[in-house]
Amino acid sequence: MRHDGRLLRAVVLGVVGLGLIAPIAVGLWQTGRAAFGILPALGRDMVSLAPWHELADLPGVATSLRLTLVTGFGSTLLSLMLATGFCAAVHARMNPSVGARMLTPFLAIPHAAMAVGLAFVLAPSGWIARMMAPFAGWERPPDIATVNDGWGLALMVGLMVKEVPFLLLVILSALSQIPVARHVAAGRALGYGRGVVWIKIIMPQVWPLIRLPVWVVLAYALSVVDMAIILGPSNPPTLAVAVTRWFTDPNPAMILPASAGAILQAVIVGLAVVLLIVAEALGKRLGRWWLRRGGRGLRAEPGLWAASAGVTALMALGALAMVSLVVWSLAWRWSFPQILPESWSLKPWTSAQDGWIRALSNTLLLAGATVGLSLALAIAWLEGEDRAHRTRAPWAEALIYLPLLIPQIGFLFGLNVGFLQLGLSGGIWAVIWAQALFIFPYVMIALSDPWRALDPRMIRAAAALGAGPERRLWAVKLPVLIRPILTAAAIGVAVSVAQYLPTLFMGAGRVATLTTEAVTLSSGSDRRVTGVYATLQAGLPFAAYLAAFMIPAIVHRNRRALSGATAA
Amino acid sequence: MKFPLVLALSLLATPSLADWQQTLDAARGQTVYWNAWGGDARTNAFIAWVSEQTETLYDVSVQQVKLTDTAEAVTRVISERTAGQDTGGSVDLIWINGPNFLAMKEQGLLHGPFVGDLPNARYLNLGPTSPASIDFTVPVEGLESPWRLAKFVFTYDSARVAEPPRSMADLGAWVAVNPGRFTHPDPSNFMGSTFLKQALIELAPDASVLQQPVTDAGFAAATAPFWDWYDALRPNLWRGGETYPENQSVQQQLLNDGEVDIGMSFDPASTAAAIADGLLPDSARVFVPENGSIGNISFVAIPYNAANAEGAEVVANFLLDPAAQAHMQNIEVLGSFSVLDPSLLDDAAKAAFAALPTAPSLPTVAELGPTLLEPHASWMTRLTAEWARRYTK
Repeated sequence: MRHDGRLLRAVVLGVVGLGLIAPIAVGLWQTGRAAFGILPALGRDMVSLAPWHELADLPGVATSLRLTLVTGFGSTLLSLMLATGFCAAVHARMNPSVGARMLTPFLAIPHAAMAVGLAFVLAPSGWIARMMAPFAGWERPPDIATVNDGWGLALMVGLMVKEVPFLLLVILSALSQIPVARHVAAGRALGYGRGVVWIKIIMPQVWPLIRLPVWVVLAYALSVVDMAIILGPSNPPTLAVAVTRWFTDPNPAMILPASAGAILQAVIVGLAVVLLIVAEALGKRLGRWWLRRGGRGLRAEPGLWAASAGVTALMALGALAMVSLVVWSLAWRWSFPQILPESWSLKPWTSAQDGWIRALSNTLLLAGATVGLSLALAIAWLEGEDRAHRTRAPWAEALIYLPLLIPQIGFLFGLNVGFLQLGLSGGIWAVIWAQALFIFPYVMIALSDPWRALDPRMIRAAAALGAGPERRLWAVKLPVLIRPILTAAAIGVAVSVAQYLPTLFMGAGRVATLTTEAVTLSSGSDRRVTGVYATLQAGLPFAAYLAAFMIPAIVHRNRRALSGATAA
Repeated sequence: MKFPLVLALSLLATPSLADWQQTLDAARGQTVYWNAWGGDARTNAFIAWVSEQTETLYDVSVQQVKLTDTAEAVTRVISERTAGQDTGGSVDLIWINGPNFLAMKEQGLLHGPFVGDLPNARYLNLGPTSPASIDFTVPVEGLESPWRLAKFVFTYDSARVAEPPRSMADLGAWVAVNPGRFTHPDPSNFMGSTFLKQALIELAPDASVLQQPVTDAGFAAATAPFWDWYDALRPNLWRGGETYPENQSVQQQLLNDGEVDIGMSFDPASTAAAIADGLLPDSARVFVPENGSIGNISFVAIPYNAANAEGAEVVANFLLDPAAQAHMQNIEVLGSFSVLDPSLLDDAAKAAFAALPTAPSLPTVAELGPTLLEPHASWMTRLTAEWARRYTK
């Protein structure tokens, strides 16, 4: 039995190593070579630091760097505070599964689509301004930088609208593993306020469970491209956008400093994670001292209510953004200061029909293939752990998270070169592979906890009845776990639909998906067609989440314990 | 001088029908991946129409690879060369211009010369100083084939602006009176840099130096009045000149939203087209600087490693077909002005052009005024780099 498990583990590890880790290493290696002056296509074959000097001399690099740090750290920190405060304020009164369902649309909509919607809602000529115009007496939109502002505030808001729901979900699922009500009761009996109990008792238990997702959020916020193009400042933009621009500069020699910038981007994310680890260690020491001091005077309630208000405002903004996309896709003329379109039309849908049907079918194909692959791999991995009776080593956990922590721009150029050398680029297979790099980790993360939470008595009963490992997997584990498996699949679909850079680089632009089309069109002037693509882009993952709720309810309609509460 | 060489090459490449038949045979069944900026729905629809036509006529289909920026395709070809993929490349045809063409030409990344082999090239004026032979002062040398005409124009909303400024000096005065109502696309975008070049040509003490490669001393002398003008202009731009729209389409959206009063385009028909599409108010109109504006021709080029080079040549040839050009110039289709020389057309083709519909916001050729030559490409690189050095902090 042990032997069987070892073989399975070896196969899974081999697939992960060759399929996921090797491409990233190759990508970083190729980008790194260009960053140190080696790019044979341009006749450069001497190792040098010149690309770094060129990078440092590019105008606005320092500002780009500052913007990246401010928006990345700022949005992550604020999101974390808001999500924690919100949970502390409303957790006792909330049904977690209802809460998770309400968060679904926010999780499903890709960053780019949300950004397009928010840009319209927030702009000086946007929805909010149009609602205020009759009262403020604006005949023309005010000249205020409410999007693309120099400090990146709009970008931070955009990131927070996406990250707060994600963190809420993560925190809620962590809280389900902690006896919150008992701890709060005990704390309050000892004379601590509700907020202080959360800070002193609950959060220190939650943090280890949400540490990795927070790293992912931070890494993402520091290196986001699509949302930063749409909401962020342009002169100069954030580092990730600047690097993307340099990679596509008319002057091919810019690839060298661009590569240096890409490596710098990777280093920043690495340092940011190190910083979080150091802060955690410091926090542990200070926190213990603070706990032992036992102060009860602090009142954190106003902070909690502020956080709740902040979260509500963000959700309202996000909902408004999503509705505006649908409205735009049905509008014909809609000018300032009209609150609703002057004329409606289905033309945006019908005239772009050929385009969106092709993009939709490509997107479906990619999502199906990548999610199928990732699920199979994740189940094989988890089953391998079960059969070996082992828990996951930290290095294995790190391996899973690696693709999410390294900025895409850091290795995609190099990865493309690597794929080309293997004769793999430009096809749907290359895109499937590249997307799976980012989908597998999410599927794995979503599936791990429910898998481990499976009631071991069922497996033991099955074994006692003579079922071998294969039968236990197919007849017991998978049917019982259908809801978390489908939820993981839905998350995978959402991640796949949202992939922009991997699809663009690996598909040589030939594989048009809803997201590549939406981002391309958002550089054009037709918000209505962008609305069509963004609506579809948000609708597809939403449908996947819906299916994840519905299918188990239908399959297990006569098994009450399996069809109701979520195991996630 | 390169001219004798060019002449010799073009003589050598005189099309013989037998050669072209070989190209047609080889192209049969090919799918041409045409890498073209994808931000304009009408252009995308026109390319889809081209695909239908070439499929029926030559069994060659066209697949548009929609780019956010043309340089993406250049980067792709460079990645392929880096990886040693010298045949079977993923890019067959690129809608290309100016600096991207110069970069690919200098790096030897282009297939050709092939324009002389195209039967429909006989409708083009390929004289050494013709706009079809010089792209941003860089000799084309048969490495890229023209397909649509571009000319710098401003768009404005006549309901909001009574009398638009007709020169860059006037524009400066107008912006001072109407702060926050004007901007230009980011100079990292070609439309933004074209605006800067248009201003430079108008403001330079001697515009003829712009036709030569830039020198340090020449740059300082030629651009001094321009920077004075721009320094005065910038604080009164939209959002105080702190941020700029990404390209002319985003600026057109700002014009439609009423955030600015003036937009710009490289396509004189784009305003009429946008009105028809509901993307601009009916009151939108076109104006050009009174002393003329920059014009150039949009080209298509074939990378050296294109997998379907023959198919790409067939498509480039189809784009020059008089019927296709007339279809393209139709305001209800694309509205882009034709690149063919009217004097070389036969009567049927002339009649097809004469029968095209018109629109109030569509300027006549006379209203467009004189065409100014693009400065040498090195000026643009230098100008945008200096702009970034001064204003990107």
